[in-house]
Amino acid sequence: MLAYIIRRVFQSVLVLLVVGLVAFSMFSFVGDPVDNMLGQERTQADVERLRDQLGLDQPFVVQYWRFLEQAAQGNFGLSYRQGRPVAEILMERLPATLELAFVSGLLALVGGIALGIFTAIRRRGVSANVIMTASLIGVSLPTFLIGILLIYVFSVELGWLPSFGRGEVTRIGGWTTGFLTESGLKALILPAITLGLYQMTLIMRLVRTEMLEVLRMDYIRFARARGLREKSINFRHALKNTLVPVITITGLQLGSIIAFAIITETVFQWPGVGLLFINAIQFVDIPVMAAYLMMISVMFVGINLIVDMLYFAIDPRLRVDRTAGGH
Amino acid sequence: MTDTPVLSVRNLVVEIPTRRGILRPVDNVSYDIHAGEILGVVGESGAGKSMTGNAVIGLLDRPARITSGEILLSGQPIHNLKGEALRRLRGKKMGMIFQDPLTSLNPLLTVGDQLTETILEHLGVSQQQARERAIAALEEVGIPAARSRIDSYPHEFSGGMRQRVVIALALCAEPDLVIADEPTTALDVSVQAQIVALLKRLCRERGVAVMLVTHDMGVIAEAADRVAVMYAGRLAELGPVREVLTAARHPYTSGLMASTPLASQGHERLRQIPGAMPRLGNLPDGCAFHPRCDYAQDRCRRDPGPTLETCDGRAACWFPLGAERKQEVGA
Repeated sequence: MLAYIIRRVFQSVLVLLVVGLVAFSMFSFVGDPVDNMLGQERTQADVERLRDQLGLDQPFVVQYWRFLEQAAQGNFGLSYRQGRPVAEILMERLPATLELAFVSGLLALVGGIALGIFTAIRRRGVSANVIMTASLIGVSLPTFLIGILLIYVFSVELGWLPSFGRGEVTRIGGWTTGFLTESGLKALILPAITLGLYQMTLIMRLVRTEMLEVLRMDYIRFARARGLREKSINFRHALKNTLVPVITITGLQLGSIIAFAIITETVFQWPGVGLLFINAIQFVDIPVMAAYLMMISVMFVGINLIVDMLYFAIDPRLRVDRTAGGH
Repeated sequence: MTDTPVLSVRNLVVEIPTRRGILRPVDNVSYDIHAGEILGVVGESGAGKSMTGNAVIGLLDRPARITSGEILLSGQPIHNLKGEALRRLRGKKMGMIFQDPLTSLNPLLTVGDQLTETILEHLGVSQQQARERAIAALEEVGIPAARSRIDSYPHEFSGGMRQRVVIALALCAEPDLVIADEPTTALDVSVQAQIVALLKRLCRERGVAVMLVTHDMGVIAEAADRVAVMYAGRLAELGPVREVLTAARHPYTSGLMASTPLASQGHERLRQIPGAMPRLGNLPDGCAFHPRCDYAQDRCRRDPGPTLETCDGRAACWFPLGAERKQEVGA
């Protein structure tokens, strides 16, 4: 198992290096940073001096290495637009995105698994079929449309929930949280539903399909023939066997919740990193874009790594040493 | 042997409604199994042998259902039980062993978990007692070092050992009846003999009634006390295993025996029964076997299918093989 983990970590590092290369090359290919920084009134000497200062006269490989070195220390340089360190700006915005992603991820996971089991067990029931039909909406409607519809119904017509922003936040150390105030919690509801709905319907449909598959297996029949209770058969015998594929997809989905938060954050003007990224694109703020790219890829890779470890916790067949061989 | 048979199946009919009409995979089948007795049920694929077993334990897949006849377990009718009442009987009064030990154990639960769970469900014992019983059950079916292997997962056992675990699971709540559905089919030949011997020993020692469903005549000859031969959903022949195997009265049984390779027969070419078993939706008039029967006569094609009751009680055939029959055919 240790060998497997080391191999996976090695692969993860490789992925990050490639993403780093893409992020780094944005600096060289999207305009000349020296032009951007010096403006119109400049001499050739100024240009040369800045090139030297920024290390732009070094060979490509050396520059890339220095970029990685700095990035690993959390140093992505200064934002072109705000003139502040990029890391500092990201850290300010990150809590908003993480809280939103956490709540929508939880919603998607809990709601998706519960509804998936329900629709699988009662697959001929009326309510299960209604849920299945309704889930088509979640799968097919684009996120921004769901967001706008929710705003229309709950903010504009009913006036129950705020349509934008994070509400009041409380500062705890370097972290700002919206969990502790009423307005903060209220502001979280609509964006969380918007962001989580697609993932929830996806997880629900996946759990349902897997569950129906597992319920046909011989060991479920055998459990029935032994007179075990339906509850034990459904939740102890069947559910556990559906979890491996569900965890794979869910893990990937959690990564994309953070990544796709861009759209939801734009719709709800949620002050997270997604909104920051959109604004950075508009102003060609390359350091922010590069840092965002790196951050998302670290999260994706990290989540995948955790998901791979979870397999071992769930499926004992994987815990056997590979050298022991199969049957 | 007590007077009341452990299992008594009376005129059982299982039907499957389909778009093209109603199929009868089990048609008017009756037999008894007594305590300590092994009844072998043989037949080709689709003859209805597994369906009979599933009907008894109440695990028919929809839309198949019992439409008439009765099933008595120790004299109590169970064919009309549903849900909770049926669940209490399963495992406790009747156990089932499935064909493929690789797929009938839950891969994510330890063998001990699956055993203790079943024991706790049916016997009022503590967790600790259940575990001791689980270890005893594994020892009884011949798992070496049961105490240390109880916390192993199914994939850590070989195929034959897994089938032993399956048997332990089917028997751990001490049922009176065990339905073994092709318990040896998925195993190596050498392991098959061990599993048959194990079933036989458990049946004798614990006085369990066993319904052994198989298509393997060798297994029947080895294990069964009586044998029921099924053809196209009906009983073709039912009798003590020695008599049926050595002096078959139904031409189908005789054909089955002739097509089974036996070591004692030397190198004769095996005979086969011409044709194939008719599909359920397309049964011929009269006796279902007549198109393949060497001895078929007008009555076989004309009169409704013979049953054990309408014939001599052993073979469902108007002209059972025997002394008189040979004369008739020879004449």
